[in-house]
Amino acid sequence: MDYYISVATFAALNVTLALGLNLISGFCGQVSLGHAAFYGLGAYAAALLSVAGAPFVVSLAAGTLVAGLAGALVGIAALRVREDFLAIVTMGVGFIFLGVVRKQSWLGAEMGISNIPSPLDKYGYALLAVGIALAMLALSIHIRRSWMGRAFSAIAQDEDAARSLGVEVPGFKIAAFLIGTAAAGLAGGVYAHMTQLVVPDAFNFVQSITILAMVVVGGIGSSLGVVAGAILLTLMPELFRFINDYKLLVYGGLLLAVMRFSPEGLSGALGRLTATRRSR
Amino acid sequence: MTGAHLPALLEADNLSIAFGGVRAVRDVAIRVMPGELLGLIGPNGAGKTTLLRLLTGVLTPDTGRIGFAGRDVTRLSLHRRAQLGFVHTHQIVRPFRAMSLIDNVMLAAEPAMIHRPWRALLSVDARRARERALHWLARMGIADAADKPAHSVPLGYLKRLQVARALALQPRLLLLDEPLAGLNYTEAQTLADEIAALVDEGITIVLVEHNLAEITRIASRLLVLHNGAVLAEGEPAAVMERRDVRSAYLGTEATDHA
Repeated sequence: MDYYISVATFAALNVTLALGLNLISGFCGQVSLGHAAFYGLGAYAAALLSVAGAPFVVSLAAGTLVAGLAGALVGIAALRVREDFLAIVTMGVGFIFLGVVRKQSWLGAEMGISNIPSPLDKYGYALLAVGIALAMLALSIHIRRSWMGRAFSAIAQDEDAARSLGVEVPGFKIAAFLIGTAAAGLAGGVYAHMTQLVVPDAFNFVQSITILAMVVVGGIGSSLGVVAGAILLTLMPELFRFINDYKLLVYGGLLLAVMRFSPEGLSGALGRLTATRRSR
Repeated sequence: MTGAHLPALLEADNLSIAFGGVRAVRDVAIRVMPGELLGLIGPNGAGKTTLLRLLTGVLTPDTGRIGFAGRDVTRLSLHRRAQLGFVHTHQIVRPFRAMSLIDNVMLAAEPAMIHRPWRALLSVDARRARERALHWLARMGIADAADKPAHSVPLGYLKRLQVARALALQPRLLLLDEPLAGLNYTEAQTLADEIAALVDEGITIVLVEHNLAEITRIASRLLVLHNGAVLAEGEPAAVMERRDVRSAYLGTEATDHA
């Protein structure tokens, strides 16, 4: 039973991470290959504060805030670069984060931070993670319907045309990064308290690609699709243990296959299936 | 038609830009008076597109100054210029293809939302924008396709969608880049008439066009660019009669009229 609870908690955290990235890349069209860095920033910030004696809520809020602010900074950088270059910049952000935490003794270097206070039990974390994931889903669905969603979609489709309509492109891009990375920071805070241990490797490039694969497999831009993608890719390595050893290979192959056969991911494939059934 | 005592709506002086060794635009001065329809013409490579990019803010000039409605906008970004009512359409139609026509126009019809991200986050209500957008679609005669996705309608509709979207911004100055290109004779004539009618509603227009017949017909003034500099300026029929203008178009030193 404990095992299932922990898998469910991780699935919920992944849903939050993937929905956050979907907001940036799916809704607003800004590629990011460094999402795990913000997960890590949230985890490290929460861990440091918590070890120093800060209450649970404060450390979670701080993790959210630190990651969101860092994300907004990356958003500001994103104003200057587009597409492939943005992919490289965000990838660089991920490597810089790792490079820094690996070498700083006050962050525990390779050993990370351990003995982080854990105020909840397994069920508590599961409830909290699921609650956050549901809130993030609600926020995503709301944004899609709001004027922010309309502006995001214009920017994603044709940034220059959006500019010529007077869309405040810089502001919307920064907002997308801020919200998406703050969600990752919150997930990171929960992760830190739950596992009581943060190490650099938990937030590496493979983790970033895994989150991206969840978004793409589920269907970039589709909130429900991304939820399904995140759950599926959380369960897969649990069901098929060997995947763990070949994560990058499997997820890379999966990304390629989705791009080739169903660019809209699971949600697109389902949509096509139902459409053909209806037309019969 | 326009008195010289009125302040110009758009005023650019001394505009120059060079790409490598090529001076694409050289010391161009341009004045657009409120209520006029200025035609901007010139043979291919004359620098029309570059001048337009300077005016709209895609490019920043090496020298010179651009004023709009009494404000220096030389270094103002594209979207900020649009927010001031200085609106342009692209030469190649650029609809948001995955959106319906009405969604395309709705974005332009609710400036308060697209200018302020946090306000946009809190607002879902789109009824007023929908009404306004429908009005502009009807105005351009394409309301019948309002709910069709932009990728599914023909070019004539997209050309009109561009204008509808620009109008929904309620511009003070509208810069249209070859709106008639790719349309057949009748389509071009009808759209040209509709563009001319906009001037009566208080919109000032700068029209870049290769369709000389239509632009001479509807413009109140023409400005001819050649080799990056202003070659001629004035009343359309008179400008088109000028020998230097004709030779610029023919690419030879024309010595006689046909």
